[in-house]
Amino acid sequence: MKSSISSVRRPRRQGLVWFVPLAIALALVPLFFNNYYAQQATFVCMYAALALSWNVIGGFTGYPSFSTAAFVGLGAYAGAILQNAGMPMMLAWVAATAVTALFAAVLGYAILRMKGHYFAIGSIAIVESMRLLASSWSSLTGGGEGLNLPIFPGGPDHAGRVFFYAMFVVMIVAAMMSLWLDRSRLGFGLRCVQQNEDAADMVGVNVNASKIAAFVLSALFCGTTGAISASWVSYISPPDAFSILMTLKVPVMALLGGAGTVLGPVLGALVFVLVEQTLMSRFLDYSQAMLGVIIVFLIFFLPGGLLGAGLFERLSGRLARLRRASA
Amino acid sequence: MSPLLRVEGVSRYFGGVAAVNKVSFELAPGEIVGLIGPNGAGKTTLVNLVTGVLRPSAGRVWFEGADVTAQRPWQASRRGLARTFQIVQPFPQMTVLENVAAGALFGGGAASRPEAEDVAMEFLEFVGLAPLAERSAMSLTLPSRKRLELAKSLAMRPKVLLLDEVNAGLNSAEIGAAIELIRQIAARGVTIMLIEHLMKVVFSLCDRLLVLHHGELIAQGDPRAVASDPAVVKAYLGSKYAAQEQQVGAGPVDAADPVDTPSGGGHD
Ligand SMILES: Nc1ncnc2c1ncn2[C@@H]1O[C@H](COP(=O)(O)OP(=O)(O)OP(=O)(O)O)[C@@H](O)[C@H]1O
Ligand SMILES: [Mg+2]
Repeated sequence: MKSSISSVRRPRRQGLVWFVPLAIALALVPLFFNNYYAQQATFVCMYAALALSWNVIGGFTGYPSFSTAAFVGLGAYAGAILQNAGMPMMLAWVAATAVTALFAAVLGYAILRMKGHYFAIGSIAIVESMRLLASSWSSLTGGGEGLNLPIFPGGPDHAGRVFFYAMFVVMIVAAMMSLWLDRSRLGFGLRCVQQNEDAADMVGVNVNASKIAAFVLSALFCGTTGAISASWVSYISPPDAFSILMTLKVPVMALLGGAGTVLGPVLGALVFVLVEQTLMSRFLDYSQAMLGVIIVFLIFFLPGGLLGAGLFERLSGRLARLRRASA
Repeated sequence: MSPLLRVEGVSRYFGGVAAVNKVSFELAPGEIVGLIGPNGAGKTTLVNLVTGVLRPSAGRVWFEGADVTAQRPWQASRRGLARTFQIVQPFPQMTVLENVAAGALFGGGAASRPEAEDVAMEFLEFVGLAPLAERSAMSLTLPSRKRLELAKSLAMRPKVLLLDEVNAGLNSAEIGAAIELIRQIAARGVTIMLIEHLMKVVFSLCDRLLVLHHGELIAQGDPRAVASDPAVVKAYLGSKYAAQEQQVGAGPVDAADPVDTPSGGGHD
């Protein structure tokens, strides 16, 4: 990754070339394929939104957060509780997003003082604390038995489509947020923080405020996603909502696509979900081991991710060498 | 003229040891002031106290009449109080242009990123790095990194610039160019405080000198008068050199001496 070849900017700008066709293709899935494929496409959109969100704090800002599931779970519970209290579904999603953002602001203020592995451990501890809270606060959360939500009317095919498009919109909005951030003053400040926090402070970046803003942006759509999936499956429980596996998977997807690239996390989520589904259907027992294999593969062969600066250059270098060898 | 920067009885302790001890001084607009002292005298610590990197254990810092003792570094740079780091601190994976544009955008108040890049290009030309604008910062040599650090702080459009050994590690041709550059910066109306081990640089640039030793300001005033002050000679060179000195009978920090003082400036 530490290639000294000019800037890191160029690969980031190529994103839209493949993102727009991919988004169109995804949008067509529920129209032409059955509910199973619509469901898989919904997962792709959901994980793409989560990986794009993680990229704001983990990629742009360089803080290895494992709080994704804390935000998803909070969004799920907030949405479920509000919907059960009679709030219309869509309004409950929006409210859950706001609750999650507020929580992230307060949490960020507290834990963004930590750095490196201290921050990583702190952020994963939040997921566990939230899960324990959800299990024990029975009067509000239903405790270990979880919460049921109203079943979406109109049959499974119709519901599948509605929830797919809801997730699809969240993914598009998260992608637009990433594109905006990449060009914005805040995004530039976050890249400064990622490169050298003291130097960022010295050039006039309000480092603490920027990091908190990044944490809130990284949480927003996790909250929305959590609320939508709660409505989708009509049932939530503490271990599903605050899933440690999810909190590990999402950063891996972002790294797979290329952390710090603008839209790479979408590609990472797509590849991960497709590989996971094909493996899951064949080798059910080994699907978790696969996560480990992907991590090892990433570290050794793809430190910059699928879209990272290194890959294209390394591949073209290798091709050139092959050509020279055969000539 | 009222001072631009006023430091009033500032101290900073590290585990009971005073790295900076009751230091007071002022910078008037347009001055170039040298801050000298042996290794570990507290020069960098003093810069850190003035720019909000460290909070003073006691004392106050005033900038343009306002008490800025509790400021954070980003606030200092937005106010017009910029510094360079003794150990250069680039954004390694950004381009040279982006590094300087960051200074222009955040510290210098440029309205947009394109505007910040225009300002950055101007200062890259000023320090002679324009041809390397699209290179990554980490690919630069040490002298270029020092210039990058300078361009970055200039892009913040400072009123006061604190230069912490921007010439350390440069050869004598590069130092000549650096002196010229600092002179041009001062000509643009920037007040400069220069931390420097090389007496050649100090004497050719500074209107006034401050001497720090064991955290205390032991002398200040006209450079030549300060350099021949016996207390300074002893503190600066230590008793071993002071003894040699008496045998030779010439000023150790002679204005005509083009090389380093024995405490060395070759480190970074
Ligand atoms: N963060 C810190 N924690 C503990 N001690 C420190 C810290 N910063 C500086 N010191 C100590 O304070 C004293 C002054 O250090 P400082 O770096 O300010 O000296 P200096 O005059 O800049 O030296 P040099 O010429 O080597 O750059 C030294 O003894 C140093 O070890
Ligand atoms: Mg120093």
